[in-house]
Amino acid sequence: MSTDDIAIRNALSSVPRPPRPGAFNAAMAFGWRGMLKIKHVPEQLLDVTITPVMFLLMFTYLFGGAIAGSTGEYLDYVLPGLLVMSVVFTTVYSGVSLNTDLTKGAVDRFRTLPIWRPAPLVGALLGDAVRYVIAGTVIMTLGVILGFRPGSWPGMFAALALTVVFSFGVSWLFTTLGLLLRSPSAVMNAGFMFIFPLTFLSNAFVEPETLPSVLEAFVNVNPISIMTDAARGLMAGDAVGSDVAISLAVAAGLTAVFMPLTSHLYRTRG
Amino acid sequence: MTTNLAIEASSLVKTFGDLRAVDGVDLAVPRGSVYGVLGPNGAGKTTTIRMLATLLTPDGGSAHVLGHDVVKEADAVRGVVSLTGQMASVDEDLTGRENLILLGRLYGFKGKAAKARADELLGAFGLDDAATRLTKNYSGGMRRRLDIAASLVVTPELLFLDEPTTGLDPRSRNQVWDIVRALRAAGTTILLCTQYLDEADQLADGIAVIDRGKVIAEGTPGQLKASVGNATLQVRLLNPEQRPQAEQILARELGAVHLEPDPSALSVQSPDADKGAEAVVALSRAGISVAAFTLGQPSLDEVFLALTGHTAETQEEEEVKA
Repeated sequence: MSTDDIAIRNALSSVPRPPRPGAFNAAMAFGWRGMLKIKHVPEQLLDVTITPVMFLLMFTYLFGGAIAGSTGEYLDYVLPGLLVMSVVFTTVYSGVSLNTDLTKGAVDRFRTLPIWRPAPLVGALLGDAVRYVIAGTVIMTLGVILGFRPGSWPGMFAALALTVVFSFGVSWLFTTLGLLLRSPSAVMNAGFMFIFPLTFLSNAFVEPETLPSVLEAFVNVNPISIMTDAARGLMAGDAVGSDVAISLAVAAGLTAVFMPLTSHLYRTRG
Repeated sequence: MTTNLAIEASSLVKTFGDLRAVDGVDLAVPRGSVYGVLGPNGAGKTTTIRMLATLLTPDGGSAHVLGHDVVKEADAVRGVVSLTGQMASVDEDLTGRENLILLGRLYGFKGKAAKARADELLGAFGLDDAATRLTKNYSGGMRRRLDIAASLVVTPELLFLDEPTTGLDPRSRNQVWDIVRALRAAGTTILLCTQYLDEADQLADGIAVIDRGKVIAEGTPGQLKASVGNATLQVRLLNPEQRPQAEQILARELGAVHLEPDPSALSVQSPDADKGAEAVVALSRAGISVAAFTLGQPSLDEVFLALTGHTAETQEEEEVKA
């Protein structure tokens, strides 16, 4: 018997099997996997940092004067909207990275583990939440550097927290898409085809009163608008309770519908 | 429910559109054995393994793994099996050690215990030096060893190995074979899918030959070879010029002679070993100098040809076209 042989047999018999991990621990293990990926593939953070910076500079200095009369005034109006937009855009990447994951063999192993079924998905999104925080922090920091002053500093962080929670809910939409579509680029295209108009047809960039009435009606019920209003209110220090509540309810509703759906698709996808 | 069978499948069916990828497969795999599922690409091996490992739901038939129904008790099945898939089932963006720690945590080991278990496995599989390297930079053999190690974070009662040596160099292949033998010796049941007849012959206690979604033959490697019947006599002559004469004699003694590409070699089917030996004696009596001869059982390649009427390679091409 070779030494390898003995080493392998020892390794096989050495430890008793621990009890199965609970739902929380399993999800946290996958969250840790997400963190490791950021550590080993830091370039994947580029999209969540560069894009918001570009948007902030472009909107403020290109459109600010035309829309609000001065860049400073427009920055005050647009920053909460840009915070929501950049974080919500990042959720599309959750679907893209899930789809990419499926092309790898590792997922097969995860699916044969005796763990809480949605753990890989919940864990991945918890990892993605870190990216949302980074994207949001980049926007807020740059905004402050350019002269944005919130009415309430704690409110500004509350706005970030609410945006991240809202986006966690939205990201289930894209993980579902990530499991339905064939390729990562298809997920990216379909995702942005949906999220782009939804974000722009909101009150993030312009006052809804300036829009044609049909559009205005849509903008006013768009959840992105309500989320943006909540963020504006929190940053100004005069948040409207219903805006915050509706934003949280939208996140909860999306999670309630699309988390089980995603989980089912993940389990049954050949 | 206790049974001596690790896997008991009856009439398993899986269809993808018009394709009946698995078309009524029966399997009975005894506990503690290495069981080979042998067939060319596209024969339905991977689909069968994926149903048994609870990754796919069968469209028909039933299967029990270690006494648990793969559909109704999928979670119980997952608790006792491990899968080393055809694509390396490791996370390429993580290091080898991180891969094993992740799985340790998912099997319920806490922080330090997960790390200790990871280090133990890295040592046992000769991966200490590569522990902190990203697995995307591993060689094929190292990746495969890590993959198998990952399946053993907790000792499974049944291990699915789907084409564990496809694409490996001979040295890495031998390492994987040694691992399989060590696991078997430690009492783990292994279901081994392979398209290499040699591999099944080397490792498996029992073999099911799958072709086009059906089991077309079953038995020990020896039984399968015996079922083809004839042994093959291969002869190499000292002097190639004597080959026509040797061909005549062998044809008279045994039947149709196959002329090998090597101008001094011939081969011929022999109904049994005695007849083969007599034929060699007849050659030497006729003054033909024999440099070497072998009288062996047929290879599993020949078994496959005899069972299916086509070689593994031709079907592979058809599958690609389909």
